Amino acid sequence: MTDQRSQAEIVRQSLKHRYRKERRFRAYGIIAIAIALSALLVLFADIIGKGYTGFIKTTVTLDVELDGEMMYLDDATDERQLKMADFVEPLIQALLKEIPEATESDRDAVRDLINPYASITLRDALKANPDWLGTTRTMTFLAHTDVDVYVKHGDDDAYSIKLSEQQQAWVDQLLERGVIDTAFNDVFFSNGDSRDPSKAGVLGAIVGSLLTMFVTLVLSFPIGVAAAIYLEEFAPQNRLTDFIEVNINNLAAVPSIIFGLLGLAVFINLFGMPRSVPAVGGLVLTLMTLPTIIISSRAAIKSVPPSIREAAEGIGASKMQVVLHHVLPLAMPGMLTGSIIGMAQALGETAPLLLIGMVAFIVDVPNGFFDSATVLPVQVFLWAGSPELAFIERASAAIMVLLTFLISMNALAIWMRKRLERRW
Amino acid sequence: MQASTLLLLTLVLALVAYGLGYARSRALAMPLGGIRHLKSLPFYYGARAALWCVIPAILVLALWAAFQDKVIQALIIGSLPPELIPDTEGRASLLLSQISNVASGALPPGFVEPPIVEAAERLKALREQSQLLMSVLVISVSVLAGFLGWLRIQPRLNARVQVESILKWLFFASAALAILTTIGIIFSVAFETFRFFQKISFIEFFFGTNWSPQTALRADQVAAEGAFGMIPLFTGTLLISAIAMVVAVPVGLLSAIYLSEYANKHVRSVVKPLLELLAGIPTVVYGFFAALTVAPFISDFAASLGIDASSQSALAAGGVMGIMIIPFVSSLSDDVINAVPQTLRDGSLALGATQSETMKKVIFPAALPGIMGGVLLAVSRAIGETMIVVMAAGLAANLTANPLETVTTVTVQIVTLLTGDQEFDSAKTLAAFALGAMLFLATLLLNVIALKIVRKYREQYD
Repeated sequence: MTDQRSQAEIVRQSLKHRYRKERRFRAYGIIAIAIALSALLVLFADIIGKGYTGFIKTTVTLDVELDGEMMYLDDATDERQLKMADFVEPLIQALLKEIPEATESDRDAVRDLINPYASITLRDALKANPDWLGTTRTMTFLAHTDVDVYVKHGDDDAYSIKLSEQQQAWVDQLLERGVIDTAFNDVFFSNGDSRDPSKAGVLGAIVGSLLTMFVTLVLSFPIGVAAAIYLEEFAPQNRLTDFIEVNINNLAAVPSIIFGLLGLAVFINLFGMPRSVPAVGGLVLTLMTLPTIIISSRAAIKSVPPSIREAAEGIGASKMQVVLHHVLPLAMPGMLTGSIIGMAQALGETAPLLLIGMVAFIVDVPNGFFDSATVLPVQVFLWAGSPELAFIERASAAIMVLLTFLISMNALAIWMRKRLERRW
Repeated sequence: MQASTLLLLTLVLALVAYGLGYARSRALAMPLGGIRHLKSLPFYYGARAALWCVIPAILVLALWAAFQDKVIQALIIGSLPPELIPDTEGRASLLLSQISNVASGALPPGFVEPPIVEAAERLKALREQSQLLMSVLVISVSVLAGFLGWLRIQPRLNARVQVESILKWLFFASAALAILTTIGIIFSVAFETFRFFQKISFIEFFFGTNWSPQTALRADQVAAEGAFGMIPLFTGTLLISAIAMVVAVPVGLLSAIYLSEYANKHVRSVVKPLLELLAGIPTVVYGFFAALTVAPFISDFAASLGIDASSQSALAAGGVMGIMIIPFVSSLSDDVINAVPQTLRDGSLALGATQSETMKKVIFPAALPGIMGGVLLAVSRAIGETMIVVMAAGLAANLTANPLETVTTVTVQIVTLLTGDQEFDSAKTLAAFALGAMLFLATLLLNVIALKIVRKYREQYD
């Protein structure tokens, strides 16, 4: 019987096909992972590519002649005179000296090379050193935002260059001579928000984030741990306890914006607490992170073996003593790890904070829990929505700062888990 | 005194109470012949005094801080001259913010009418009085209660039992906070939603296909009559979620399968944390990426193919949201696949099936309910996701299924309706709460079903 193939033959025939299918399936898995990881890579490359320039500032170094007559100032210690004096003129004169081909008629074009806030820098410097009046000083100022954009992105089509041809030529020339230069952008880390991109910084947002996180940590960690202890160790098996448990699991999956609605309705409308302050932001984030902390703390308590409890009970410890003296210290590393992860989530959270008004434009660095403040992710949101492209690089740079915080928090959590968690 | 300083002071007082209680219990024990004759250790007598000192004080402080502004505001409004007393809630809040701006010095007194300046002065005075009264009250409650607690220390008193039962109640209160939060959510959205439905009919909200919430804030203002049909918002939300799922489910599931069945330990230990990194990135970063990189790319790409694509397309928001959800799907599926017992795999392989056949015909069907539960959780997350859509999806409520067009979502509308100045008696603001209620109900339903499925499935092989 040659035309009827044997069973073994069929299997052999189909094997090639089946192996090909096997390889294809395996390839799908690899492709899926490649897609996910390349998305991660593209995301990071995009943010870094857009944002590294945010860490660079463009400066103008000038020999400023502090001529009293030119500035209408004869006594630099007099507050009133300082207020009235002209600090723009010395800057323009110094710039004109640096650009020989510019004439008096180009004053406005020349003035637009230097930051509008440079005159304030000059005034503050003179206020601090009144004896500088009448001397010539070499000082470094921030360049105008348009110059900054031109220096960093002159060859990028996405950015519209606002400088005229003539100004561009001047900037090129000054760059060559080192009058205009780039340096590490310390302004970005020492200023709050500003309407002027070159003056805008993340300090206000960082301090706001820290204050908000402090409130969240101080409230959510003890409450979360206490709730976990109650549910694991003391709760009787009844309806109420079941209800609490189901509730906590559901709260963990409620969209964060709902917590914003809660904060708006309860803390702001009912209790009349002020808007856009770290205290309220912290309260809202506390409610949001509590379920995460409770769930991870319960897991940590569960992993403490019963023998520890029994041993403690055996020598006459009360239930509370067993928990506080024996179970809690052993479960603490796990609880801390879970809390750090919960705090990292809270740090990156934006939506609920928008609803309680933390999107306000705030220039000052907040001083306390009841000062208007913004937080890092909201700052990113504000800058990303700005029509000025110069803010986009600030937003990317702020994202990098935010991600640095988040990744180090997560790394700390992983390190703690590896280091401190005991297996029984 | 500021509330935070007062809190610190209370804690210091509690420490003092602890020390005094400790000392008194020892002093009482001395004539009896040592602390052996006390019912509890001195530590517990001290802790008891500290708790007595701190708990009533903090309760008073919290209540006072929560309601002082409301009371002061009512007093201020009540003491205004009759012609200035506001008739609507919106005007009242406007007037109050004016008064408090004058009081804080942000608004020079010359710009407003004299009664407002007077009210601002009164506000300042009332705030100071309230601050002072609160400080006096909290400190005296704390000292008094602490003293009472201290006075009642006796050798026969079982302080340990008392301290432990107070602690237990505190633990219970912490756990009950979860219920309070839920009740808070339900009441805060339900109350405003109820007010919304007094203005807008059920039928319009649930079946209307037109959403344009611009309404007149003042009676004399010219504005379009608002339309509050939620259908375009929900279709937009579903469209974006569907796109997200199309990206996340295959990628997440296949990577989970590869990682759990094929990858060796080394690859797994590198790839898994990297995937989880995707979950740790804040949503605002994804929103930034979607709005400034992906959306322009898609519209340029579509233009190069001759297709008209909006600069804020559902595709950009949904695609990036899908990337965000990948780790969520993959780690949940990973758990479920790992929970399938090894014997099933071994049996199938022993019959001569290849690994992929085992996966497709044995493990996947066994894990399917669990995976479905995970996907439902992911859908619920996509529906509630806010920042990506706020930044990358549009504001225009289009009733469309074309992923290249701009759509808006429920969460986008909540954010846009509630940022900036609001007035809590306009349908526009209340609509945000009605949408919030719908969102809460929808995600709650999905979560409950998903959690049930996941739990039920997990019990099967245990």
